[in-house]
Amino acid sequence: MTPRDDDVNPVTEALAHQPTASPLGHILPPVDDTVPPPAGGEASSVGGMARQIVTVFLENKLAVVGLIVIVFFLLFCIVGPLVYHTNQTNAETALNGVQNASPGTGHPIGTDNTGYDILGRLMFGGQASLLVGFASAGVATVVGVIYGAVAGFIGGWIDAFMMRFVDMLLSVPVLFLLIALVTIYKQSEVLIIFVIAAVSWLIPARLVRGETLTLRVREYVQAVRVMGGSRTRIVGRHIVPNAIGTIVVFATFQIADSILLLAALGFIGLGIPAPGTDWGSMLSDGVNSAALGYWWEIYPAGLCIVLVVIAFNFIGDALRDALEVRLQRR
Amino acid sequence: MIGFTLRRLLQAVIVIIGVVLVVFILGKQIPGGVASIALGPRRTAVQIAHFNRVNGYDLPLWDQFYQYVRKLFTLDLGYSYAHNEGVEELIAQRLPKTLSLVGVSTLFALVIAVPLGILQVVRRHKLTDYALTTASFVFYAMPPFFLGFLLVLFFSFDFHFFPVSPPINSGGWTIFTDPRAFVMPVITLSAITIASFSRYMRSSMMDALAEDYIRTARAKGASNSRVLYGHALRNALIPILTLIGLSLPAIASGALITESVFNYPGMGLLTVTSALNDDIPTILGTTLVITVFTVAGSFLADVLYAIADPRIRLGSTI
Repeated sequence: MTPRDDDVNPVTEALAHQPTASPLGHILPPVDDTVPPPAGGEASSVGGMARQIVTVFLENKLAVVGLIVIVFFLLFCIVGPLVYHTNQTNAETALNGVQNASPGTGHPIGTDNTGYDILGRLMFGGQASLLVGFASAGVATVVGVIYGAVAGFIGGWIDAFMMRFVDMLLSVPVLFLLIALVTIYKQSEVLIIFVIAAVSWLIPARLVRGETLTLRVREYVQAVRVMGGSRTRIVGRHIVPNAIGTIVVFATFQIADSILLLAALGFIGLGIPAPGTDWGSMLSDGVNSAALGYWWEIYPAGLCIVLVVIAFNFIGDALRDALEVRLQRR
Repeated sequence: MIGFTLRRLLQAVIVIIGVVLVVFILGKQIPGGVASIALGPRRTAVQIAHFNRVNGYDLPLWDQFYQYVRKLFTLDLGYSYAHNEGVEELIAQRLPKTLSLVGVSTLFALVIAVPLGILQVVRRHKLTDYALTTASFVFYAMPPFFLGFLLVLFFSFDFHFFPVSPPINSGGWTIFTDPRAFVMPVITLSAITIASFSRYMRSSMMDALAEDYIRTARAKGASNSRVLYGHALRNALIPILTLIGLSLPAIASGALITESVFNYPGMGLLTVTSALNDDIPTILGTTLVITVFTVAGSFLADVLYAIADPRIRLGSTI
């Protein structure tokens, strides 16, 4: 993407000029799939569209692998601790145990340099990593979508001002800004979610603003205007739902990026504060031990991060393909 | 061309003014103000009031902002109470090291990524293409510090091939005089950009191959390699300039991680150690300076892009 094409999304622009399937398509508004269809009406076409998306998604083997990996890690981190009980919060008890124990001896993948069981710690840290990943991606997407839709819909100098603000924040290297925010506002899990969201809402704001610019001149939006629909209604019921493809794809990639950002913070030593942990902090804690040959203190956590991030990227790619197909056949 | 450059320059200046404002506002968010950092935990209310009066922290906000900007023009970035040194002096020692690391790594990434992207297009939809795409996924997902650790573990501890970190007295030029010490940091910093550059190069080349002038060239009977390297490559390379400009903030973030992994005393390591010491004035100083350099870099990349591709400066909408 070049900095100049943010006004018009070339894909949607091209698709906007494609003839619709119906000969009357140019005067009929396209089916808005968020509005429940009338009883016995268009149910089949809407269901067909959803089925089509699912089909295209499932045809992509990498996406299925990604989905399986994510489900596995969710079960591992949430259900795992219910089955596999370990002490992960009391450092004193942990210190009384064995430190740096090698895998096998009562601890399937050993213990770390405090004495925490690593398998249990992976589950415990994974909860934080996944929670922060999902939550901050969610917050960033919601904020970005509202900001972008409002800017694109209002237009004029307000839009220009709002977008220059986004450009400005985008030019600040994200980790520097993140470190400044975390140091000033101190660390806590909730705060880290909002701080990561605070540096991540810029891209969806740009994407959604671009979509809004192409959507707001469509016939169906003009029709709503003529019928006296309010601005809030147009943005909330017509523009945002039609940009949902872009939004969902962004959100998927953002979960991966948020997990990486949290891992980077953890590595620096600004991750989830003790006694909590996250995969990045585990890696950071294991560095010195790994140099002594205790490989189990860094490889498992590193592998978890890499697997989850790749999985979300696979899913995001497949979703993009699936939703583009939906757009093309619309 | 001059018009385009001026417009783009104005935009860069506006961005920098905005960043200055944001950094100023962040500085006002310090709990207890600068006084709490400067005076330590045993400060009294009288001392705080005195400190604020002497340093002008009791003035109205707009007046403080004016003073702040005036100081910036004399390259006064504030005072690091943790280092007992002006922030600008701390930065002056470290900036050249970061700039040379970033510059060399970006060039290295290009030298590796462009041929990789071309190779993927030549062998498109074949095993090589898929293998390289998968590899770029892995490197994109690999946190740079994890990659850095792995490199250190294998090449420093196991094989004693490269030193664990660049010499502690490194200057901006050490990367050229002692390149062996920088092999691992450069690889670490380039990994992500190589992944994204080669993916972009691949799609940019594919786009170029779909253009009409390629069909014309083929119709004239140009050989396959002539079409690839003479026509497609030259046009596909131009957008990479923009990508470099856009990637600069990410590369700066990567430099922060790389410097921490390899204990290389640049801007990033300074920021990290300052964060662990609650030395907020220094963090704000490095953030501001690194942003000014990324904005300047993006500006240069865009101007070069406009020189290389006349369509941009004529149809510009900036």
